[in-house]
Amino acid sequence: MTTAGTPMIRMAAVDKHFGDLHVLRDINLDVESGQVVVVLGPSGSGKSTLCRTINRLEPIDSGTIQVDGTDLPAEGKALAGLRADVGMVFQSFNLFAHKTILENVTLGPIKVRKDSKADAEKNGLALLERVGIANQKDKYPAQLSGGQQQRAAIARALAMKPKVMLFDEPTSALDPEMVNEVLDVMTTLAKEGMTMLVVTHEMGFARRAAHRVVFMSDGEIVEDAKPEEFFSNPTSDRAKDFLGKILSH
Amino acid sequence: MDVLVDNLDLYLSAFGQTILLFLVAAVGSLVLGTVLAALRVSPVPILRSFGSAYVTVFRNTPLTLVLFFFAFAYPRLELVDLSFFARASVGLILYTAAFVCEVVRSGINTVPVGQAEASRALGFGFGQTLTQVVLPQAVRSVVPPLTSVQIALLKNTTIASGFSVFQAGGIYAVLSEQGDNVFIGLLWVSLGFLILVAPLTLLQRRLENRWSVAR
Repeated sequence: MTTAGTPMIRMAAVDKHFGDLHVLRDINLDVESGQVVVVLGPSGSGKSTLCRTINRLEPIDSGTIQVDGTDLPAEGKALAGLRADVGMVFQSFNLFAHKTILENVTLGPIKVRKDSKADAEKNGLALLERVGIANQKDKYPAQLSGGQQQRAAIARALAMKPKVMLFDEPTSALDPEMVNEVLDVMTTLAKEGMTMLVVTHEMGFARRAAHRVVFMSDGEIVEDAKPEEFFSNPTSDRAKDFLGKILSH
Repeated sequence: MDVLVDNLDLYLSAFGQTILLFLVAAVGSLVLGTVLAALRVSPVPILRSFGSAYVTVFRNTPLTLVLFFFAFAYPRLELVDLSFFARASVGLILYTAAFVCEVVRSGINTVPVGQAEASRALGFGFGQTLTQVVLPQAVRSVVPPLTSVQIALLKNTTIASGFSVFQAGGIYAVLSEQGDNVFIGLLWVSLGFLILVAPLTLLQRRLENRWSVAR
């Protein structure tokens, strides 16, 4: 039940510690339906953790997180149901190593959505077609290149027909020549109106596809602006410093 | 050769019982051991404690004690009346399951955390994550030690002769009663076990080859 005005993701006053380390400090973030938000920041700034709290792969210490108007439930059936609606793409792909590419894409729909095998395969093949690896469907993940694996992982997440997609540094583990094939898929997805939260170092993607850029440093959201504003006119020193380091060469 | 030929019926029925006892205990211990491994990695502390307590007790108790318990102490408890064969099976299953559990658990530890995370992110619960994603990969990585545990089980069935389950380990007793050459007779028994282990080794190799593509 998406009502107008309810953000797809709402994080309010979220705090989290890893032991003594305060990884998320008073995070307040709304992502509207259909919006693409790119999270930037130096390593260790908490951006991956932020992404992983949204489907509760990382529990939080305090604050609230809502997905499509519903508070994140505690571990159990309800949480599993919510996770099924939130697609996630990992830095290290995490395709199921003992399943073929097609099985990877159909396992969730069959076991969680209770789709028939025929339907799941039809839909899965269409998705593999869409990300350009339908001809690899019977191979195992280890037999594919990194770029192909990541595209398969995106197809696997899409097969669940998620309301929102989380990308946790999807291109950081890829060889440079394979980054674009993955970003192309993501850009298309963004244009089609998918709600996306993307943690990345790809400034080009942020400029091209993002509606908003969120800049994090030391566990805080320091800036939250449109991409052109952020890249041409960062207001905080930390953002200026960060952009200076990555854009200077 | 005479010892074998003259007592062929004895050998066949004894090894028949050995095989039967092994099959029952193998299936039972693999199932129970896997369930125990699941308990040991479950998110519920009580189940985890139960799993590790079980392993501590049964892995550290000599098998002869476990079997003697079922042979002599169990009937005094006057619970369910079980045949000697059933009691021997239960003893072997309980004992071997502790070893299967630890092997499977070490297999679970070889599966990268990301596999379970991806599975949870898709909406799988703990049970589905375990049965669909983690255990299949865990078992693939522990085929050799799991085979070793099952081979040990096959040989451990001989201890069941301690209480009236007649199987290959008891052949020598009959032979010596008849005045046959027990030494030769035992050589045939050990050859029998070599032959029984061969298919297990073969199965291990098959599974390793078939599953080698997976990673």
